[in-house]
Amino acid sequence: MKAFIRFSIALLSLFFILGTSQGMAAEDPALKEKISALAEGSYSDRAQAIQSVAATGDDRAVPALEALGEGLLFIVKSDKSVVIGLDEGATVETFDPVTGDSLGSVPSGAVDKIKVNNRLRREIRSALGALTLLSDDPKVRLAAAGAIFKSKDSDSIELLDTAIAKETVESVKLAMQEARAAAVLNSSRDMAEKQAAVALMADRGNQSALAVLLNAKGSAEGPLLVDIDNAIAAIEKSLAIWDLAQNAWYGVSLGSVLLLAAIGLAITFGVMGVINMAHGEMVMLGAYTTFVVQDIIRTSMPGIFDYSLLIALPLAFLVSGIVGIIIERGVIRWLYGRPLETLLATWGIALLLQQTVRSIFGPTNREVGTPDFLAGAFKLGELTITYNRLAIVIFSLLVLAVLMLVLRKTSFGLRMRAVTQNRRMANSMGIKTNWVDAMTFGLGSGIAGIAGVALSQIDNVSPNLGQSYIIDSFLVVVFGGVGNLWGTLVGAMTLGVANKFLEPFAGAVLGKIILLVFIILFIQKRPRGMFALKGRAVES
Amino acid sequence: MISKFILRGLDGRLTAFLIAALAYVVLIAIGNLFIPEGSFLHVPTYAVSLMGKYLCYALLALSVDLVWGFAGVLSLGHGAFFALGGYAMGMYLMRQIGTRGVYADPTLPDFMVFLNYKELPWFWYGFDMFWFAAIMVVLAPATLAFVFGWLAFRSRVTGVYLSIITQAMTFALLLAFFRNDMGFGGNNGLTDFKDILGFDIQSDGTRMGLFAASALALCLGLIICKAVVASKLGKVLVAVRDAESRTRFLGYRVEHYKLFVWTLSAALAGIAGALYVPQVGIINPGEFAPANSIEMVIWVAVGGRGTLYGPILGAILVNGAKTYFTGAIPEIWLFALGALFVGVTLFLPKGVLGLYGMLRQRFEKTRAPRETKRTADPVSQPSEAE
Repeated sequence: MKAFIRFSIALLSLFFILGTSQGMAAEDPALKEKISALAEGSYSDRAQAIQSVAATGDDRAVPALEALGEGLLFIVKSDKSVVIGLDEGATVETFDPVTGDSLGSVPSGAVDKIKVNNRLRREIRSALGALTLLSDDPKVRLAAAGAIFKSKDSDSIELLDTAIAKETVESVKLAMQEARAAAVLNSSRDMAEKQAAVALMADRGNQSALAVLLNAKGSAEGPLLVDIDNAIAAIEKSLAIWDLAQNAWYGVSLGSVLLLAAIGLAITFGVMGVINMAHGEMVMLGAYTTFVVQDIIRTSMPGIFDYSLLIALPLAFLVSGIVGIIIERGVIRWLYGRPLETLLATWGIALLLQQTVRSIFGPTNREVGTPDFLAGAFKLGELTITYNRLAIVIFSLLVLAVLMLVLRKTSFGLRMRAVTQNRRMANSMGIKTNWVDAMTFGLGSGIAGIAGVALSQIDNVSPNLGQSYIIDSFLVVVFGGVGNLWGTLVGAMTLGVANKFLEPFAGAVLGKIILLVFIILFIQKRPRGMFALKGRAVES
Repeated sequence: MISKFILRGLDGRLTAFLIAALAYVVLIAIGNLFIPEGSFLHVPTYAVSLMGKYLCYALLALSVDLVWGFAGVLSLGHGAFFALGGYAMGMYLMRQIGTRGVYADPTLPDFMVFLNYKELPWFWYGFDMFWFAAIMVVLAPATLAFVFGWLAFRSRVTGVYLSIITQAMTFALLLAFFRNDMGFGGNNGLTDFKDILGFDIQSDGTRMGLFAASALALCLGLIICKAVVASKLGKVLVAVRDAESRTRFLGYRVEHYKLFVWTLSAALAGIAGALYVPQVGIINPGEFAPANSIEMVIWVAVGGRGTLYGPILGAILVNGAKTYFTGAIPEIWLFALGALFVGVTLFLPKGVLGLYGMLRQRFEKTRAPRETKRTADPVSQPSEAE
């Protein structure tokens, strides 16, 4: 009960905030006076007082009325003011009935409980209904219906009937009907009405409807029990399907993250054959570029914060791309044909980059904000889909598509493929292979930087960001098949979805281990991945 | 026959190394145990343990060199074998604690009591006996290596692909050992050891003994590796490293040779881990971290790949530098390590030992430019192609 009152008080402060934002006076003496009237006079006087409070139509009176109904409204003897109180034995913790502000503890002798009888309780209930279910604000009505759905208060059925009859907003009406069904199942109404309620619950078909039905099952008998059992079975079945969909969505979401992390590697490793262990650090550089961009925007022009990611994208591409080109020109080009040495040298570069970032930005996580249009979530049936995850899925596919276009339709892509397939021949045809090498590596690194911008939205931006992706991305590329972008897509999605489907059975860590072992075994079977390049290049 | 096999590797250089190692151990022992504290020549016990640790790393580096330098298999997962050997030893040391633990349970180690284990998991049986633990130190990593290698080499997973799946292997083990319900102490690992073979693990004498054992293990490991490399098997391995397909076409079962040397290497790494754990007093899943395994490779690269002596030198040099830098100027260490990776691969492809050969070659070229046919480099050269 105390918790309930605290909740009401919290609700009150919420209404209060809403109220002020609508331009209402913070302190409303008229309302206060009406609430004070609740404590005085005969029962019939007070019944009138309740009606007059209800007549204000002011939501802020709700907690006071609720407290009165629960016997938690007190009158302070010294100044005759009315407070909401929580009886704690020797003392009473008091709150302002309108604002919900704490007024401190007083000895229990200093206050008197305001007594109510059944007639007053009825008045209070209808007054509350009028204030909440019949409120002008559809949000308040929806919240009230939700509260009754949870409490399954059978006394509110008549009120709900009135409210439903008056209701004009379809979604609120639905919520009220569901609340009514839940209340009916909890009441002593007749069988036919209860069966209708069960049918309504079965239509709703979510977790809370299931809870209502399971709760009602205990007291049900005869045909009603059969109905409830059927409804429960139907709901469980549909929930299982939604569960599947949920896992699939999480899997696709994880897969898109893997895809983003791996896609640049598919260029540097897959197309060029360079083992770039510093790939993860390119992602990290992209994420830190986002941080720097947002930092500058925050301090100099906060108005364009929503566009920060769009500004960060090309910058991250440039930063990571240029660092990549420097690495290629400075180190990797001396090591072509020695993949294992390349691996070691790029690992060293990874350490250097990590430590550089750590020295500049510190070892702790950096806060990267989410623009407003990416915040929040929407519901699709029983699925909750957050906008930033959805954006990452779309973005990863977009990056893949653009990359494929670059490789297939541009002259740079043509040269790149020529150099990959036959370096000396390409050189003889007048392609500057050195330049193509540097640009290809820059492209792969730049894409890693773009991935960093996206991943900064869902992961911690710290110097270790890259480390957590490097093994996964290599596995994705190797699993999908080196030198094949489609393979990378299929590999990332397969691993993502498989991971999320294993999690409920095996737990997150064991699921990951199972996947790693699976990939190790898979590579034994198909050493060149799912979509292997065929031809002479394979045996090089 | 075995003695003949061993003796083949025992050339003048190895003998000199063994004598130097013996002298080193004896000097340290005298410095630690007989020269009183406060004397200039006294070697404090922590230094003995530190050197013992380096020797374990040296043995580990040797095992990496055996597969990388001679068979061309770059393992990024040798930390897994090292840690498995360490865990086997750690389990023995845990069982030795007995009733002296916090919960004073005669059979269950503290962490199991803490995690509400009712009885000892089956894989902990036998670890109260040293001989059993000693066998497992070799057997556990060797079995893993055998199974892994059998699968990988048979299906001809080579080069970078092999490196990546060895990394995946150690990463999977890292995750597995982090789990509390694996029964290996979760992320705290195994620690609070009391004694080994009845000797107090903290005492100077035991520490000295462990140091000497590490030196002995390193020498034995070197003798074995040298013998393997000097035998016909070693020559085939070098052939596999330089031209795998050609060796296969000549009729050698490449995968058998690789599998043998891979398993042997894992066993050596396991022994190194087992000697390492009592000297540092803890083993936890962090040892499986992929970054550790890559660091091992750089020891080998710094010292000189394919030389057997080089990795020993490299392990001691790099770890000495690490101890110094992480103590004195910690921010610098990762810069130094990163630069080491880049610098060694670019400028010192044959490591520090190779540097000597390279300099001598250059020197002799300038002195006698007509003598061009000379091949002064006795160190076998790793090929550039994979």
